[in-house]
Amino acid sequence: MSDAVIPAKIADKVETPFRRFVSEFAESKVALGGLVVFIIIALLAIFAPWITPQNPYDLAELDIMDGRMEPGTVGGAGFTFLLGTDDQGRDMLSGIIYGLRISLIVGAGSALIACLIGASLGLLAAYAGGRTDSVIMRLVDLQLSFPTILAALMILAFLGKGIMNVVIALVLVEWAYYARTVRGTALVERRREYIEAAQCLALPTHRILFRHLLPNCLPPLIVVGTMQVARAIALEATLSFLGLGVPITEPSLGLLIANGYEYMLSGKYWISFYPGIALLITIVSINLVGDQLRDVLNPRLKK
Amino acid sequence: MTVYLVRRILQALLVVLAMSLIVFIGVYAIGDPVEILISPDADQIERERAVQALGLDLPLWQQYAVFLTKALQGDLGRSFVYNEPALKLILQRMPATLELAFGATIIALIIGLPLGLYAGLRPEGRFSRVIMAGSILGFSLPTFWVGLMLIMVFAVYLGWLPSTGRGDTGTLLGLQWSFLTWDGIRHMTMPAINLALFKISLVIRLTRAGVRETMLMDYVKFARAKGLSPARVTFVHVFKNILIPVVTVVGLELGSTIAFSVVTESVFAWPGMGKLIIDSINVLDRPVIVAYLMMIVLMFIAINLIVDLTYSMLDPRVRLESKGT
Amino acid sequence: MTGKLRKLALVASTAFIGLSAQGALAQSVTMAVAAPVTSLDPHYHQLSPNNAVADTIFDKLVNTDAKSNNLPGLALSWRAVEPNVWEFKLRPNVRFHNGNEFTAEDVAFTLQRLPNVPNSPSSFAAYSRPIQAIEIVDPLTIRFRTAAPHPLMPLDMTNVRILDRETHQNATTEEFNAGRAAIGTGPYRVVSHRSGDRIEFERNDNYWGDRAAFQRVIYRMITNDAARTAALLAGDVEFIDQVPTSDLAKLRQDNRIALSETVGLRLIFLGLDHLRPANENSPFITDNDGKPLGRNPLQDVRVRRALSIAIDRKAIVDRVMEGAAVPAGQFLPEGVYTHVPGVTPPPFDPDGARRLLAEAGYPQGFRIQLNGPNDRYVNDARIIQAIGQMWTRIGVRTTVEAQPWTTFIGRAGRADFSSHLIGWGSNPDGSHPLRNILATVTREKGWGSSNRGRYSNPRVDGLLDQSLVELDEAKRVQMVIEAQRIAAEDVGVIPLHIQTNIWGMRRHLAHDARNDELTRAQDVRPAAR
Repeated sequence: MSDAVIPAKIADKVETPFRRFVSEFAESKVALGGLVVFIIIALLAIFAPWITPQNPYDLAELDIMDGRMEPGTVGGAGFTFLLGTDDQGRDMLSGIIYGLRISLIVGAGSALIACLIGASLGLLAAYAGGRTDSVIMRLVDLQLSFPTILAALMILAFLGKGIMNVVIALVLVEWAYYARTVRGTALVERRREYIEAAQCLALPTHRILFRHLLPNCLPPLIVVGTMQVARAIALEATLSFLGLGVPITEPSLGLLIANGYEYMLSGKYWISFYPGIALLITIVSINLVGDQLRDVLNPRLKK
Repeated sequence: MTVYLVRRILQALLVVLAMSLIVFIGVYAIGDPVEILISPDADQIERERAVQALGLDLPLWQQYAVFLTKALQGDLGRSFVYNEPALKLILQRMPATLELAFGATIIALIIGLPLGLYAGLRPEGRFSRVIMAGSILGFSLPTFWVGLMLIMVFAVYLGWLPSTGRGDTGTLLGLQWSFLTWDGIRHMTMPAINLALFKISLVIRLTRAGVRETMLMDYVKFARAKGLSPARVTFVHVFKNILIPVVTVVGLELGSTIAFSVVTESVFAWPGMGKLIIDSINVLDRPVIVAYLMMIVLMFIAINLIVDLTYSMLDPRVRLESKGT
Repeated sequence: MTGKLRKLALVASTAFIGLSAQGALAQSVTMAVAAPVTSLDPHYHQLSPNNAVADTIFDKLVNTDAKSNNLPGLALSWRAVEPNVWEFKLRPNVRFHNGNEFTAEDVAFTLQRLPNVPNSPSSFAAYSRPIQAIEIVDPLTIRFRTAAPHPLMPLDMTNVRILDRETHQNATTEEFNAGRAAIGTGPYRVVSHRSGDRIEFERNDNYWGDRAAFQRVIYRMITNDAARTAALLAGDVEFIDQVPTSDLAKLRQDNRIALSETVGLRLIFLGLDHLRPANENSPFITDNDGKPLGRNPLQDVRVRRALSIAIDRKAIVDRVMEGAAVPAGQFLPEGVYTHVPGVTPPPFDPDGARRLLAEAGYPQGFRIQLNGPNDRYVNDARIIQAIGQMWTRIGVRTTVEAQPWTTFIGRAGRADFSSHLIGWGSNPDGSHPLRNILATVTREKGWGSSNRGRYSNPRVDGLLDQSLVELDEAKRVQMVIEAQRIAAEDVGVIPLHIQTNIWGMRRHLAHDARNDELTRAQDVRPAAR
């Protein structure tokens, strides 16, 4: 089923949309590299319990006597801490691989949910206009002016500590960004001819919204979206820095960095440096994939 | 236009009211300010006295009613911690934050727009790829970490810039500003850059995306076909079109920087509003939190209004009055 | 130039630089403290950073030295002339910063002001409450009449900063904060105050006591630990307090930096749930399958002792605190007059702990959650994780939850937790922790307001009751020591360690480390050469 938006000249070859998508995506070697790296990271995260030398979440496996060991030291349990240990004697390598899991869940999870909620509301606001628009946009105002830390504290007070509660806090904070961005673009788009044409055909609203309006709002949405995944991970780090992040015994990359932050001046660089590198690689790979996705999915960039 | 503005102002009042209510309930749920503020060796009698002194012995709805009554007379309450009017405290700290936020935004635009334009015009160029890869760095590392790295490199090892604090200030309009003195600017540099990093990346990416897309549009192709100079095409036709997303996002970013440069202000010991709000939240200084957030929500509403107005000026396709009503 | 000559020239030039630097530096010093000062009103908010600054500007009748021993301040001497009457002889020829003379009237005014500071979130009223009547005998003699004998009167007076009746008659907290009313008799006067940022002081050249070393002091607030250390290393500030333990090793090796340190008066300990009776569930304790246990094991002293000796205090001090603490078995450190002789830090004995658990009927252990703050005490979140490791090794499977003080303290106050980490910054008299933490919660007496585990022991209460009205100091101290000994043997709380207070400074400075943690400008001086 071809989209109304795609210019006719591109549809001359016979191919499925998926195959076209894949071949266009693969045009960029860098993006492909990013995808490979991301898949490796995702696999590491999924199979963490089977590949790490230590379960960094089990207090019984940690020993403070192994704390702050330099990379390459052999610890009390007999294996080598390739990337050193943190203050609790947590093997940094194991911590990072487990931390990837938490960070991906928190970052991608919150960004996805926030994107779904935010983009839908933004589209609706732009398309419906009037009172609906006012209500949604004032909600956005309210949300944007609400400090993350206060939202996180309230969730901590209501729901207690936990990874899912951090996701909820981040969603609560982030959806407004998507809503605002999507509405901005959609306001312009809905005046265009193709929407009027669709309206003339008396297509149902949800169809116009999601089949016609949304694809054309995608480019800025993906720009914001891929950045927001990164931002959510960094924001979670900041929440951890403020003591409001994930539980301390189940550190995310952000919490590992925040933990090691205090040791930066003392030369024990590995405690926050390696999680930082892991975070960087993860985010770069997500963004390389995201950038290419954005270009491929953008109906107006078609050659 | 007038009807439109009046309606927006009425909505704003409702939002402010909602905000104050949410904060009241939220703070109540989080904890008891007296538990946090009181000296640990205070006995029960002293604790009860403090609860009474701060008006926390009344039921919550009565506390809120008292607050509303006073707010209508222009009194947003006194800080539990400083025993000064909440509004006065906020206004005292505002210049420090405003200059930092504007400094950061200006840095972001000066660096971000040209780089984004370049990357958009030559998407396949080597330098463009470097720009894009570099821009990822701007938002992938947590602010507090980058802030400390800046301090370590530029203050501790190189000794080029002062590590923390606000430095000398000059007076303008009866307020203290750092950007009026050389020492103040030196103190401002690192925190402003720290805040700007994320924004630079954002501007680069938005600009690049906008440019790439616009270059392929019919009117740009037409303008080029007409033989207009590439510079004119870029700066008049393309630039105008990409400003919409940039203005939206930068406007919002400016808002959230003014409101919540919490981490940067903490790391650089910058005595602004962000520092005030986090300190107030930590001790549940409700009058300050409420007054602050009411002000911030007004600011966001104003920014959004301005953004909407700018839309309609930049792009006649957007009309202010939605026909949906 | 020969090597010798060059060395000589180098010595000469460094000596010269040293001299001139010292000359310039003796004029002013820039200090940075971790905790923000919220008010310059000495009676508005009882908070350590505020008290430290108040001690710079104001004086008390009874001052304290670096070890918290009482010293004559604005009072030269004091004694109980009758069981219910204390008499203070005041120091003559003392003037406030604005030239007003200090007399007994000012003391009377100050004590009347204490309970009457509007909106105070934590007032000093408790120190004037025992006083029923104030009697001015002559301008330099004042008597306080109390309802019952009150042996702690001098100690109370170490907390009350004296104001001037004339100047401060109607002074508001706002006027203090603006600096206009911040006028005392102390070694420094306030030049300016930028809330949350800095206070600038100028030496009071007419001070009655030792002249402060610097003409000018800039007292900055840098709350972020790493940033504070960085500011010291960069030379932007010359003196910092609360040196983070993570930076200690590096700073000790840095020859541009000197540290001053002393064992403090702050005990870090674990509070245990004594509220739920032996046959009820404690909220965060279950059996090994996560099912309710049906009883509260913490009511059994053997279990409490097992949990205590399962903790390797030395490891925590060495590894987590990086040496900036001493293991403890009681509230006060050695050398303080109410320290209990013979009560040593419980020795680390995991096997003994397992035996005790088995004896108490828990051979397989149980599960517990240990709660704690993550932004209050030095390394608080790290300590509870370390204890989680140690308890898990003796079969008490421990989960650990750290949260900000903001949400933690309310729940701790409601006794929501089974076990929690908390600290107590004591004054040097053992009655202080006894009354607030170990005594049975009794509103009428003002006891146990920080007894968050609801510990209760009639023998402790009885001794405390007697000691509070015992004017014979030797007998009183004996009672206080005995009560603390009983509580320690009963493992009312599990003491962990007493923190070491550490300040860092550039080499050209010296500092008298105080065990009460206060960072005062008058304690900083140029280093002797």
